[in-house]
Amino acid sequence: MHFCGKKNRSEETNFFEVQLDLSALMKIIEEKRHEKGSLIAILQKAQEIYGYLPLSVLKCIARELEIKPAKVYGIATFYTQFRLQAAGKYQILLCQGTACHVNGSERIESTLCQELKIKRGETTPDGLFSLESAACLGCCSLAPVMMINGQAYGPLTAEKAVTIIRKIKAGESLSLVGGEAQ
Amino acid sequence: MKLRLGLGSCGIAAGGLQVLEALQNEMKSRGIKLEIQKSGCIGLCHHEPLLDWIEDDGQVFTYGAVDARRSVEILEAHLAGRGPLEDCLVSSSDEPAKYLQQQLRIVLKNCGRIDPESIEDYRRQDGYSALQKVLIGMSPEEVIKEIEVSGLRGRGGAGFLTGLKWKATREAASEGRYLICNADEGDPGAFMDRSILEGDPHAVLEGMIIAAYAIGAEQGIIYCRAEYPLAVKRLEIAIVQAQENGLLGKKILGHNFSFDISIQQGAGAFVCGEETALMASLEGERGMPRLKPPYPSEYGLWGQPSSINNVETLANVPWIIRNGGEAFAALGSKESKGTKVFALAGKIKRGGLVEVPMGITLREIIFGICGGIKAERRIKAVQMGGPSGGCIPEELLDTPVDYQSLNATGAIMGSGGMVVLDESSCMVDLARFFLDFTQKESCGKCVQCRIGTKRMLEILERICRGAGREGDIELLEELSAHISENSLCGLGQSAPNPVLTTIRYFRDEYEAHIREKKCPAKQCQELLRYSIDPNRCMGCGLCAYACPAECIKGGENNQPYYIEQENCSKCGACLDICPERFAAVILD
Ligand SMILES: Cc1cc2nc3c(=O)[nH]c(=O)nc-3n(C[C@H](O)[C@H](O)[C@H](O)COP(=O)(O)O)c2cc1C
Ligand code: SF4
Ligand code: SF4
Ligand code: FES
Ligand code: FES
Repeated sequence: MHFCGKKNRSEETNFFEVQLDLSALMKIIEEKRHEKGSLIAILQKAQEIYGYLPLSVLKCIARELEIKPAKVYGIATFYTQFRLQAAGKYQILLCQGTACHVNGSERIESTLCQELKIKRGETTPDGLFSLESAACLGCCSLAPVMMINGQAYGPLTAEKAVTIIRKIKAGESLSLVGGEAQ
Repeated sequence: MKLRLGLGSCGIAAGGLQVLEALQNEMKSRGIKLEIQKSGCIGLCHHEPLLDWIEDDGQVFTYGAVDARRSVEILEAHLAGRGPLEDCLVSSSDEPAKYLQQQLRIVLKNCGRIDPESIEDYRRQDGYSALQKVLIGMSPEEVIKEIEVSGLRGRGGAGFLTGLKWKATREAASEGRYLICNADEGDPGAFMDRSILEGDPHAVLEGMIIAAYAIGAEQGIIYCRAEYPLAVKRLEIAIVQAQENGLLGKKILGHNFSFDISIQQGAGAFVCGEETALMASLEGERGMPRLKPPYPSEYGLWGQPSSINNVETLANVPWIIRNGGEAFAALGSKESKGTKVFALAGKIKRGGLVEVPMGITLREIIFGICGGIKAERRIKAVQMGGPSGGCIPEELLDTPVDYQSLNATGAIMGSGGMVVLDESSCMVDLARFFLDFTQKESCGKCVQCRIGTKRMLEILERICRGAGREGDIELLEELSAHISENSLCGLGQSAPNPVLTTIRYFRDEYEAHIREKKCPAKQCQELLRYSIDPNRCMGCGLCAYACPAECIKGGENNQPYYIEQENCSKCGACLDICPERFAAVILD
């Protein structure tokens, strides 16, 4: 739905084929093959399995359901839930709904972008964080809100948001050090 | 005695799970066993996390802003007979919070009071008695008649009479029919449907079963937003419980009526809240609206007659059946019957869910119930109806909340989201915000909606950037007229509303941006100018240290600092950091 969205274009450049185990996907397709209108549900399940929708998955679905790959791709790009690129280990979903907007969510976004050195829709090079926005997470009375892997945080200030990110980062590097020591 | 903890989405976000853990640990270490009931949202969202202490005689003490430590103190105090703890008590049976007292709760009756994951809890509150009444003694026509008498109008936005919709669906000739519950709640800033689903899912199911009986549907589908994982989970639990209790499935409660419900999760497209787009999405297609007629009541999902009803609409149904359509019609105003749930957010002091009879004024809701504005500022406007709605200025706060009066202001009832704005909110920026939203969410089918909103957004962006031109306001008005006239669905038709209402009531703000290149609310970043008052600057240098653009110079030999304007990114860090006692950074 982003007609001249830069997001889609940058996705395409990264859109190369990866070798994947498709057996889990095949099981889902077998289950849903005869349900009419199940394409979206299959894509949702596939994304649950692989974390995103790699090209090989889209092609496999098209082949199995005997529909054009263009149609599968069309659906996958119409709905914002679907991602064609791997997400970070920590998915940051920053709310840009009305209540969060009037309570300063844009400033939090720019701070997060500065902290992570990525833009909205991107993933950090170490694969740790990806930043996306949502239109209302339904906790408007705690605005501004962000959700990291399903856990909501609010009300945020720019400082609080940075602290949360740094805490996660610190936790990650600790566990790395621990791993090496073993 | 027992405890009750609010674990809706916002309760969890505010730290409800940590409270739960602390309480469980404390009880374990003391070897006491007390029930901790988990409930949904009671609507006092500004006080989250909420903890109730319930005495055996039913007395309730509600504590707000509880954290792990506080919760243990509350437990201790009550166990030792020292309760209640006055300082964080927000409501009690003897002295209910004014916030709750002034409401009239039909839809939210059980929210925050019962365990949403327990069908027994719901049954104890007369749950499923309306369904029984219907199955034992009412024909489908009588059910429809009762809903018609009640005057219930759809709460999803358009306000269409529910009875009429059901009647049309029932009368359409067909073998199979569908009942669809619209739980796509896309308006950013509205969260009543989420709270109902999380707090009282069985009420929605009961409403659906009754609706299905009335229209003659055997299959029901709940189309729920993917952003509401907790609502989906609680619905799944509720459906299984209903099936186990013979309330769903074949021959419901032994009667000659079968109906079952499945859940389909949305995939993040606002336009899928529109009924024909929603059906396209259910059919596995892109969610693009189609021309009406034929209406879904004749030609709906898979070509079968379908009734699409909103969550809140359906949650009203059991009450209407239990108490009769007349009782419902006695509430509210002449054309708008019953109650409406509003979700208050923004700059409001006591944000949360408010259910009131229709016809009371906006002022009563915002000031009477919700305590007005958060900081020491003045209210400027209230935004209603989200991206399809508009801004109602302070002068019009005595407008009653009913469909007609709100439409007359240029805003709409919409789904009931109210975002309250104060002087620090820029109305041009808000219009830009909504156009940005609709522009991205347009499905792309209609040229005017797809390209027109883009052009409007560009104009609004340049006004906010200080590059607005004379004539831009008129251009916006002209584009608005084209877009509303030539768009197929409600998204395009109503997309200009936020712009038109802000022009209508706040034209001077547009003019200040365009002519003086100033943002009166000091929100539009590029129109701001930060400077340092040399007479107030004490040379502490904090701002120069904080400035990410490194454009604050000076400070040698205790000289005041100054800002090199060309490099300033207007981030505001200097203003935030300058000690309050100096207050040397000026924003204008
Ligand atoms: C762009 C758009 C978005 C909509 N979003 C919703 C929504 O999120 N929830 C909803 O119940 N109705 C929504 N509607 C209204 C539905 O089309 C439909 O009128 C409603 O679900 C009917 O239920 P009701 O009669 O109970 O209100 C939307 C309409 C449009 C045009
Ligand atoms: S008005 Fe907009 S959203 Fe609606 S059908 Fe047309 S292009 Fe799609
Ligand atoms: S507003 Fe930001 S960039 Fe500009 S002077 Fe202040 S700190 Fe520096
Ligand atoms: S607007 Fe951000 S949670 Fe609703
Ligand atoms: S979710 Fe708990 S009171 Fe709103």
